[in-house]
Amino acid sequence: MSPLRSLAQPARYLSREECEVIARKALGFVTSPDGARVNITSGSQGNTRFAVNQVSTGGDSYDTSVTVTAHVGHRSGSSTTNQLDDASLRQAVDTAERLARLAPEDLEFLPELAPQRYQAGSAWSDATAALDPQGRAEAVRAITAPASAAQLVSTGFLDARAGSSAVANTNGLFAWDRGTAAALTTTVRTPDGSGSGWSGASHHDWSRIDPAALGARAAEKARASRNPVAIEPGRYTVVFEPTAVGNLVQFIAFALNARAADEGRSFFSKAGGGNKIGSKVVDERVTIVSDPFDPDVAGSPFTAEGLPTRRSVWIDHGVVTSLNYDRYWAQKKGVEPTASGGSLKMSGGLSTMDEMIASTPRGLLVTRFWYLRPVDQRTILYTGLTRDGTFLIENGKITRAVKNLRFNDSPVFMLNNLEALGTPVRVSASEDGGPGQAIMVPPLKVRDFNFTSLSDAV
Amino acid sequence: MGSSRREFVRTTSAAAAAIAGLAAVPSAARAALLAPASSPPFAGDPDLKSLAHVALEAARSSGASYADVRFSRNRSQSLFTRERRVQGLVDNETQGFGVRALVNGAWGFAASRELTPDEVARVARQAALQARANSLTLVRPVVLAPVTPVPNGTWRTPIEVDPFGVAIEDKVGALLAANAEALKAGARFVNSSMFFLREEKTFASTDGSFIVQTIYRTQPRVTVTAVSPDASDFQTRASNEIPPMGRGYEHVRDAKLVENAPRWAEEAVQKLSARPVDVGRYDLVLHPSHLWLTIHESVAHPTELDRALGFEANYAGTSFVAPPTQVLGKLRYGSPLMNIRGDREQPGSLSAVGWDDEGVKPESFDIIRNGIFVDYQTTREQAPFLADYYKATGRTPRSHGCSYAESWSDVQFQRMPNVSLLPGEKDLSYEDLIAATDRGIAIVGDGSFSIDQQRYNAQFGGQLFYEIKGGKITGMLKDVAYQMRTPDFWGALDMIGGKKSYHLGGAFNDAKGQPSQVNAVSHGCVPSRFRNINVINTGRKA
Repeated sequence: MSPLRSLAQPARYLSREECEVIARKALGFVTSPDGARVNITSGSQGNTRFAVNQVSTGGDSYDTSVTVTAHVGHRSGSSTTNQLDDASLRQAVDTAERLARLAPEDLEFLPELAPQRYQAGSAWSDATAALDPQGRAEAVRAITAPASAAQLVSTGFLDARAGSSAVANTNGLFAWDRGTAAALTTTVRTPDGSGSGWSGASHHDWSRIDPAALGARAAEKARASRNPVAIEPGRYTVVFEPTAVGNLVQFIAFALNARAADEGRSFFSKAGGGNKIGSKVVDERVTIVSDPFDPDVAGSPFTAEGLPTRRSVWIDHGVVTSLNYDRYWAQKKGVEPTASGGSLKMSGGLSTMDEMIASTPRGLLVTRFWYLRPVDQRTILYTGLTRDGTFLIENGKITRAVKNLRFNDSPVFMLNNLEALGTPVRVSASEDGGPGQAIMVPPLKVRDFNFTSLSDAV
Repeated sequence: MGSSRREFVRTTSAAAAAIAGLAAVPSAARAALLAPASSPPFAGDPDLKSLAHVALEAARSSGASYADVRFSRNRSQSLFTRERRVQGLVDNETQGFGVRALVNGAWGFAASRELTPDEVARVARQAALQARANSLTLVRPVVLAPVTPVPNGTWRTPIEVDPFGVAIEDKVGALLAANAEALKAGARFVNSSMFFLREEKTFASTDGSFIVQTIYRTQPRVTVTAVSPDASDFQTRASNEIPPMGRGYEHVRDAKLVENAPRWAEEAVQKLSARPVDVGRYDLVLHPSHLWLTIHESVAHPTELDRALGFEANYAGTSFVAPPTQVLGKLRYGSPLMNIRGDREQPGSLSAVGWDDEGVKPESFDIIRNGIFVDYQTTREQAPFLADYYKATGRTPRSHGCSYAESWSDVQFQRMPNVSLLPGEKDLSYEDLIAATDRGIAIVGDGSFSIDQQRYNAQFGGQLFYEIKGGKITGMLKDVAYQMRTPDFWGALDMIGGKKSYHLGGAFNDAKGQPSQVNAVSHGCVPSRFRNINVINTGRKA
């Protein structure tokens, strides 16, 4: 063990026992007979940034948070503190109760849940929790040293987190789980700024991430993307790498709110009233699920209110099978509330990326998207740009790099124009390079994707 | 993070959200309000002075050539309503400290929530240790521009009414009254909210500075949704002309939510029957409530020096305003009417402070003069990169005071100050610009926005779009967005409003850095006209 490493601390977070003590203490300060809930999170976050082939900044932090939600009659208030002493907990309870007393009567009030049964969570990795500043610096070096030797310019970010989460209420409900998350992304550019390549990975288990392989992939894309040529914007057949698919498909998940659909202000609203459950909205090869207990996309075993999470099938062979119901809307509509755990997995097919390219007379290959923003909620229409590896396919071969393009299109339209699907993989699809949600999606070949303008950005 | 994404995460998971969001959730949301009755000693208290001493000494004895420590306590309050219902009353408070240490020319940073001498010393040593680990890959050591030490600085946002002293009932009452007015005027749905932040921040450095600042921020917000009778269409109108500001509760009162709500509702209803825009080229008259965001994206971000040098290539991106030696004093950014200034002092602006997060007193500085790019936004470690240019123009390299960290748990780095478009010499108004336009579109309020990683190609929507024919507004349009290439767009600026038409827009949630930190920033501007801009129609059938 090096002298540097011996000084490093293991990941800090609150244990089940510590959370039980804090929850008991906080709930003991509650004066209202109408119930209260405590949510406790804690954890360590370590990160290392690198730019121009060297570490630029980094950070190690430890924080906790206790949120008390108090009820007075059918009124509620919440207060959060990051201090765990008795006075701070008492103050948080007092504040929450004071806010609750001042709040108007809530017509949609629901009492706290009774105790529930939970499955154990599986999103923990010792390898992630053990990653210290020196380990991070070594991982970064596996990217910066080869990039530097190849006269390329590497920049990137390694983010590792370990923490716990607990919920408890005055009905005796208690749940606790711990989890880890890690992400490593890198952008490698040519020194003249004419080429840029990206690669990234995200998993709760750090040992599943290979820094040297990511660096090599980004370097290869940087070299291949030099001196891009302009093409006419318009509708193209596109081979999307899995990251690009993840970038777009997650927006379907964010639009799944049942209430917004029933209220007529969502893509999932049905013309004339109601929602699209039972309607076919995308190609029948598409199935999209959230499953917190799938080891590929492990999530949390409980929600903030303490509901046990379970598998949700949002789209089954192209047909909408469920939407996201909170407890109030579920009760009003006579269905079970949704508790899906937050991750996403999409079905795949048997095509390889090579086959998708080989079967394309003229099209584009897109590595990933950037600055995706909603344009029209009625169609889940988004705009954004390609970035860090956009290539022209001619006669079944990648022939050259092309300039980046802006699109205006919807993941719903994309999943209706499917030509081929490949094997799903875990992707790092968050915009900021943090771990984000667990997303597993296939590469896709899609026809008629709508590019509306050209960008000079490399 | 969009509200739909937040909601998906919130309603579907607890632990995953907590872990994945540990640093990604803005401290504003992470944290928030109401002073403990027996408030523990904090800002300005001698305790912090001795804790600061412990931190700086521990860093120094671990080999740091420079170190600074920031203690902060953020209190915030959020209120959310929809129609006749309060959805959330949330108070947050978070406190802690972060130590930044420079060892062998490399940075390290560590932070903790525990304000005890032992923990402060441990964290300071950890920062130095991490700096040493980071120096393994060092190519170019960090050099800091000089700073004048401030041994006893204090600064406070000049507010009139402390938002935390205003009764919750009054705040809830104002939101529900605004909702009622909007519903009466034809809205199907209304969401409204208020957000307040008070940050007490104490900074100390081995240069001998000790600075205590108290910063306030306030935003009221209303979003109205109208739905067509046959449920075939819905349209929203957000109160985007009321920006977040560095003000107290007086900002909420001045916003006149109840008085404005009927108009917002009528405009949402009007949008349902607005004519879809014909694609093509138009002269755009951009209201300041819209233009501030275009300035933010296409001028403020590309003139950040860290982007130009490649430090943000993996997320925010680089910049077309590069390399510095080839563009400073040379690059034509836009028309001669374009004058852009950076500052951290405009009253009510979100970036206003006494000193930045490395103890530098910010000064106003020109970024673009008569259309020519003349300076970048900088911090202490960045200004030395421009030494040759500054020397040639008779200046010494000095930070412009653009260092900022979102909270105690985040390392400070370069963030934009207020970046504003200065008024023109003629006393022209928004109405004057419309009257002078033969065929165009006027856009009010910011909407959808997206721009590439070098800030060339952008697309912007808005809240309201009006057709201009023969100098008059002839009707409302919908599904409008314009696409632009930054230097071409600013080169097409041919009319600009005067001093009286100046308006401060702004945002709470400007994201940059990894892990992503949000910055609050204002952009002042005047109504402006841009000739012959490409407009697309974003309406599609599902």
